[in-house]
Amino acid sequence: MSGDLPPTVRLANDIAAQFVHRRDSDAAVQEIAGHVRSFWEPRMITELLAAVDGGAPALDPLALRAARLLR
Amino acid sequence: MSLLKETDHGTPRRPGAASVSVEIDGTAVQVPEGTSVMRAASEAGVPVPKLCATDSLEAYGSCRLCLVEIDGKRGTPASCTTPVEEGMQVRTQTPRLAKLREGIMELYISDHPLDCLTCSANGDCELQDMAGTVGLRQVRYDEHGENHLNAPKDTSNPYFDFDGSKCIACARCVRACDEVQGTLALTLDGRGFDTKITAGVGQSFLESDCVSCGACVQACPTATLQERSVVELGMPNRTVLTTCAYCGVGCSFKAEMRGDEVVRMVPAKDGGANEGHSCVKGRFAFGYATHPDRVLAPLVRERITDEWREVSWTEALDFTARRMREIQAAHGLGAVGAITSSRCTNEEVYVVQKMVRAAFGNNNVDTCARVCHSPTGYGLKQTFGTSAGTQDFRSVAEADVILLIGANPTDGHPVFASRMKRRLRESAQLIVLDPRRIDLVRSPHIEAAHHLPLGPGTNVAMVNAFAHVAVTEGLVDAGFVAERCEGYDEWAEFIARPEHSPEVAAEVTGVPADDIRAAARLYATAGNAAIYYGLGVTEHSQGSTMVMGMANLAMATGNIGRDGVGVNPLRGQNNVQGSCDMGSFPHELPGYRHVSDDAVRSVFETVWGTSLSPQPGLRIPNMFDAALEGSFRALFVQGEDIAQSDPNTAHVHAALAAMELVVVQDLFRNETSKFAHVLLPGTSFLEKDGTFTNAERRINRVRPVMAPRTGMHEWQIVGEIAKRMGSPMGYTHPREIMAEIAATTPTFAGVSFELLDEVGSVQWPCTDAAPAGTPIMHRDGFVRGKGRFVPTTYVPTAERTTRRFPLVLTTGRILSQYNVGAQTRRTGNVAWHPEDLLEIHPHDAEVRGITDGDEVSLASRVGTTSLRARLSDRMPAGVVYTTFHHPVTGANVVTTEHSDWATNCPEYKVTAVQVALRTAPPGPADAPSGRARTAPPVPAAGS
Repeated sequence: MSGDLPPTVRLANDIAAQFVHRRDSDAAVQEIAGHVRSFWEPRMITELLAAVDGGAPALDPLALRAARLLR
Repeated sequence: MSLLKETDHGTPRRPGAASVSVEIDGTAVQVPEGTSVMRAASEAGVPVPKLCATDSLEAYGSCRLCLVEIDGKRGTPASCTTPVEEGMQVRTQTPRLAKLREGIMELYISDHPLDCLTCSANGDCELQDMAGTVGLRQVRYDEHGENHLNAPKDTSNPYFDFDGSKCIACARCVRACDEVQGTLALTLDGRGFDTKITAGVGQSFLESDCVSCGACVQACPTATLQERSVVELGMPNRTVLTTCAYCGVGCSFKAEMRGDEVVRMVPAKDGGANEGHSCVKGRFAFGYATHPDRVLAPLVRERITDEWREVSWTEALDFTARRMREIQAAHGLGAVGAITSSRCTNEEVYVVQKMVRAAFGNNNVDTCARVCHSPTGYGLKQTFGTSAGTQDFRSVAEADVILLIGANPTDGHPVFASRMKRRLRESAQLIVLDPRRIDLVRSPHIEAAHHLPLGPGTNVAMVNAFAHVAVTEGLVDAGFVAERCEGYDEWAEFIARPEHSPEVAAEVTGVPADDIRAAARLYATAGNAAIYYGLGVTEHSQGSTMVMGMANLAMATGNIGRDGVGVNPLRGQNNVQGSCDMGSFPHELPGYRHVSDDAVRSVFETVWGTSLSPQPGLRIPNMFDAALEGSFRALFVQGEDIAQSDPNTAHVHAALAAMELVVVQDLFRNETSKFAHVLLPGTSFLEKDGTFTNAERRINRVRPVMAPRTGMHEWQIVGEIAKRMGSPMGYTHPREIMAEIAATTPTFAGVSFELLDEVGSVQWPCTDAAPAGTPIMHRDGFVRGKGRFVPTTYVPTAERTTRRFPLVLTTGRILSQYNVGAQTRRTGNVAWHPEDLLEIHPHDAEVRGITDGDEVSLASRVGTTSLRARLSDRMPAGVVYTTFHHPVTGANVVTTEHSDWATNCPEYKVTAVQVALRTAPPGPADAPSGRARTAPPVPAAGS
């Protein structure tokens, strides 16, 4: 259940789901990363990146690619 | 000012230029075509005697007191029902008219109690005035004739009485209920001498459909319908013009006073938002301001398990500032933050965000709009370029089709609902998208053309299907799109895909495809089609997507940029718009400008004399998560009861309990103050001096009728904390705060207290280019230049029904109560809604053995609460509904952590639940997760 995920992973997945229709996945990844930069407080980004470093098995592939742009 | 008595011209103003010239008793006047002789006379300064006429209502022509003589016309026509004609010569005072009027008045007075000196309306009675005006000196008919002097009195309503003995059967109350309020709860029953006013079908006012808006009381020319406060306190002797502090309609009121005591609140006729109308909350439910539960002195305690200590302001402010700094020293600048209130003034909100940014040194400021209309801010900014509704309220009078989505205006925004109902009675057609059959679907003289009862959480699928119909059936306004918008081709290709067709949407929403197509065609071909929406749009995991979907639909069909169209959020609280405008979001400075914008930051850095963080701060849900994780330790809460209003109560309570310092600034001890270390008493709207901004971007003055009962204004309190933290603000009056807002925020550049005092109100943007404000936005171009189409993918919510939780709970508001009820539960409004009820479909009730009135448990995967059931087929089977006005119910005990992807606005409107007949006392065993509500309720009103 999504309630068991860290809040930042859950939210990153929710954001990624909004962009799955994009045929240009590179653009989608850029938009996801841009959204996170604009609206997330730095410690949230840190937490997401920690999840990525930990393998982030539950992180959506688009969100994972976007997270890598946040470093 | 002394008591303000507005001029009553007798009949409504007609639109258009003053093109018809007439002469009244030798005085020339020009008026628009269709104006009555009565109004023309009044505008010429020659008022005609009247009783059944008042300018909020159409002419009725029953009292015959307004007779006049007109050259070339036979007899003595009623001036109220006679329209002017070019060159008309009218005489209002002749011996024949005087005799006729005296005879009419004698008959009225013959059946009226002669108790003027002890009557509650003495000095404010039109019957009394007219008796004097016509020179009535005797009544030849004594009390032994047939009369109504012993007619019964109805005192069932908590706020006003009906005294039938004083009724003159002018029908102003009946017509006010019909024409102004649109409820049609009152009737003229019987004929001739037996005529009497009846509520409902011979019921008391309280039992009837009367919504206690006060329109009938205001229209009554005698003491027949009278505020009980006037009966008890006597006539007011001065007026303070101010603004209601309940919903986002922002009605202007005359606070009518005796000394420092409010006798009554009367809606202001020239109020831009309400134009003389009101609802039960604004008109009558102001008693909470003087309720004995008010906290009037600061309270402090070291631990939340300690008893409160009443302390001086100095000690409370010193304690707050010292603890904030200590926590920052130990845990970093980002360990503290604040939440601003949509119930406070723009000036009070502005200083809180300034305190956070300048004194706390971070952007950890958020507002209660986070949990209601933050998706509106996001969605409209992405598509149109600014975070605001497009229209003024008057615009609805030009709409041909109204698309109402996830809003229940007759309960949540009743004064705007009356405008809407008037337009619907005239000719406009209504489409309702709502799982629940709200009153507007079918009520007296109104029936929606389409009610699409879509499943909770499927809005985006529905709006995409509407757009699909427009695009695939050639209903797009190609000229508008080509000239005014961008991104259309990509969006049109996306929306035309088969997965967005009504046939697919039917499977998702549960609404037949033919119904979707018919409603979409009606919207797209309306001429003027206007979207109005509420929290049923925003409080979803796809709230922002839905807002963008509505914007797409409006742009594609050319329904933006003129009267009668638009995308219009119905804001929940009085100053949601203003609190957002004032920079309450953690990523935006005042005026919706991102904190990372160096140029914008430098404007504020120059004025505030300090450097500002370019990084977004924490949003409310992020603050709770960070508190549980340990990096967020102190919170200043301005006028919000987050422990009751925010979702997943157990999670919120745990976060609050984890903090080292919680400072609550509020009128009352509330659920949140149970977790607080400092309680700073706040001021009611009757004590505030500042401005509110309503849902149509209208900035209205809030004027104090009394000094702060606490000894300090809220902007002063915040300023003192900031000063103690090394960031003095130096204001001596709130007008100086508005001056700073105007100097730093382009859309407010022309706003000042002086302007508002002169013109009454103004709608932002108020700039050099638009010095009188901007009622309709995006007329010639969008704020962002071109309107932007954004593809909106439907993503089902992760909150799913299961065998264990097979029903969907959705929540809402009721007319008489307001949000968490802190105000309205402390007024007579509890007469209508003493407790929250769970509305459940009869089928769902029957299979669970539940009957009407039974106590039931309501459980989700995060918590359990209990309340009484009301059987109702307003919802489809499978959906249950409740309100969240009472802490004893704790509806948010069961709502979950799901939120809007873009803004974190909680998904209040979709929670998978189970309902069961209660057979044992509530307790932890009821909660599937082992968690149950633990916080006891706040004391009941008046206890």
